[in-house]
Amino acid sequence: MPILKIAFRNIFRNTRRSVTTLLTIAVGATAVLVFGAYITYIQYGVQTASVQRTGHLQVFRNGYFNYGTGAPAEWGIDNYQQVLELIRDDATLKPLTAVVTPIQSLGGIAGNFENNTSKTFFGTGFVPSERDRMKQWNEYGTGSQGLKRSGLKDNDLTQGITGAGLVRILGLCDRLHPEDCPAAPKLVAETLPPSISAASAPPPDLSELASRDKPPDDRQSQQPTIDLLAATAGGAPNVVTLRIARVEVQTLKELDDNYVGMNLGLAQNLIYGRGQHKVSGIVVQLNLTEDLERARARLLALFKEHGLDLEVRDFTELNPQYNQIIGLFRAIFSFISTIIAIVVLFTVTNAMGMSVVERTGEIGTSRAMGVRRQGIRKQFLTEGSLIGIVGATIGVALAYAVAYAINQSSLSWNPPGQASRIPLRVYLIGAEWLIVLTWIGLLVVSALAALVPANRAARMAVVDALRHV
Amino acid sequence: MKTQALAQVPGPKPTEAAVVHLSNVVKTYKAGDVEVPAIKGISFDIPRQRFSMIVGPSGSGKTTLLNLIGCIDKPTQGAIVVGGQDVGTLKDNAVSDFRAQRVGFIFQNFSLIPVLSAWENIEYPLMLLGVPARERRERTNRMLQAVGLANQGKQRPNQLSGGQKQRVAIARALVKGPDFVLADEPTANLDSQTGASIIDLMRRMQEEYSTTFVFSTHDPHLMSHADETFTIRDGELVDHVSGGS
Repeated sequence: MPILKIAFRNIFRNTRRSVTTLLTIAVGATAVLVFGAYITYIQYGVQTASVQRTGHLQVFRNGYFNYGTGAPAEWGIDNYQQVLELIRDDATLKPLTAVVTPIQSLGGIAGNFENNTSKTFFGTGFVPSERDRMKQWNEYGTGSQGLKRSGLKDNDLTQGITGAGLVRILGLCDRLHPEDCPAAPKLVAETLPPSISAASAPPPDLSELASRDKPPDDRQSQQPTIDLLAATAGGAPNVVTLRIARVEVQTLKELDDNYVGMNLGLAQNLIYGRGQHKVSGIVVQLNLTEDLERARARLLALFKEHGLDLEVRDFTELNPQYNQIIGLFRAIFSFISTIIAIVVLFTVTNAMGMSVVERTGEIGTSRAMGVRRQGIRKQFLTEGSLIGIVGATIGVALAYAVAYAINQSSLSWNPPGQASRIPLRVYLIGAEWLIVLTWIGLLVVSALAALVPANRAARMAVVDALRHV
Repeated sequence: MKTQALAQVPGPKPTEAAVVHLSNVVKTYKAGDVEVPAIKGISFDIPRQRFSMIVGPSGSGKTTLLNLIGCIDKPTQGAIVVGGQDVGTLKDNAVSDFRAQRVGFIFQNFSLIPVLSAWENIEYPLMLLGVPARERRERTNRMLQAVGLANQGKQRPNQLSGGQKQRVAIARALVKGPDFVLADEPTANLDSQTGASIIDLMRRMQEEYSTTFVFSTHDPHLMSHADETFTIRDGELVDHVSGGS
């Protein structure tokens, strides 16, 4: 039937108007696709950073996630080695997992008694080699770095890493020289009553505890040390000394001012003392994110099967900022897409409206020859849809060109959740859903835009249309 | 343009001598609150297989009358019967189908589809009727040859002269084998020589295809070409001359 033929030829009848309309759609499609591809890249980047830090899933004692972080020692997983083996040896999980490793979360007070400084801290005990393996996860090739190499050794329980903010607060900038860590300004001397001066000194019992745990060669070491005080599972205070092997800038100031990372054994010594060593969680990092639900289901089935009272949380729960960041960008994307859809809607409506006016006589002729009203409506709807198809297709091609140009450029940026700059990329390849949705969306918008002019054309009285000059 | 199967128009095909019967037809237009009568109670028959002419000065109601006969307008009063069917009672789709099957139109300003070639313009009515592709091709080629445009088939309307465009319009009107062809001042936009050749062509085609032609003109010199002449003035039939074969 001639509908398509007539529609296609009519698109190019008024070249200037058609080119303007097609360019509007094409540029709109390009903007949506490139921004969408950029968001995809951000999503992958944030996901990569999150998964490197926390894995895809973490196993806790049931209730720990909501209630246990205030007293991690009490919510430790008993016999965690057996749970680890259970997960590592499971035939279903084995091919899905990249790393399965225990962690111990803890909090307390970090003190540098040489400077008379102290600060609350929260930290994590981990197995350094397994943490380094987690850092390798890069499913989407974003180059994101949620972690840096810890530089710690599995068998060295004395070393750890801290946030740059904590180092600054504890007055260790001059010894560790992290970036952006100026020495503290000198306080104006004040004469204080003797009783208050005495109160600012560390309590004698704490200093004594700290001095007991200090390694014998501390004075000769190049690495400064801090003392970590925490409550054990039994409620008693315990202190360990930590050599700061490396300073790691954290993305959030709050985290940067409080973070201490250490060998799992050291964290366990601090929390459990001579008691049974437990862990607060087991991290499960998968090879592919798409296996997350499958792995979660298997873990829960496994725990149920063995009567273990454990819960499983995924990385979006462990990193609430993940959903916030993605949600924010999706909201911006929706806003931009809506604006573009409205612009396309009005542009196509205008173009089709002008076309109807120009072709009034032609409409009358077709109706006189026997074309039904519905046929006229179909004709203009087809033309609107064709404009959408051609414009969106050009837009997809343009978007690929723009994406290629961006990806080949040397632009870099500092994305959310990242402490360092990474290359700026847009992920159009791999975002087929985005391309298909955008293409269909523009087609639908163009067809909808043609609806009003098409109805107007279909409702014309034949005699009036034929009389039109 | 129309893809649906054509609805059958009820009623038998015209078998009697008149292809169209007009009975006390009135057409009134409204201009604001004022009613303007265009046709004032006209009754006559258009005989079958004749070359009929409606003559009258500008504004006499010729085009309105042709529009009513061609079912692209409805009378305010009276009946127009084609083949025993009062076309005024048909619904919009049925009227469209009726026109597609039974009426051929030739317009003063040619009214070809500008994005279609001459050949495609002639083929178009056959596509509306759902004629198979092979038959379409044969009938279109035959008709293009009949109007002397066998070599211009691929040309678009803007590449054709006025006379050539009107030849395409004649071929388009006749290709589907309509009961009658209505031509509204077909020579008005042509020079006198081309106009005469178009009248000759229409006459020849009418005889060759044994169809009914009704055409309007304000030029009384063309009356000699007609078998039947209906003269109207101020919306009334003032004269009817029957003659010729």
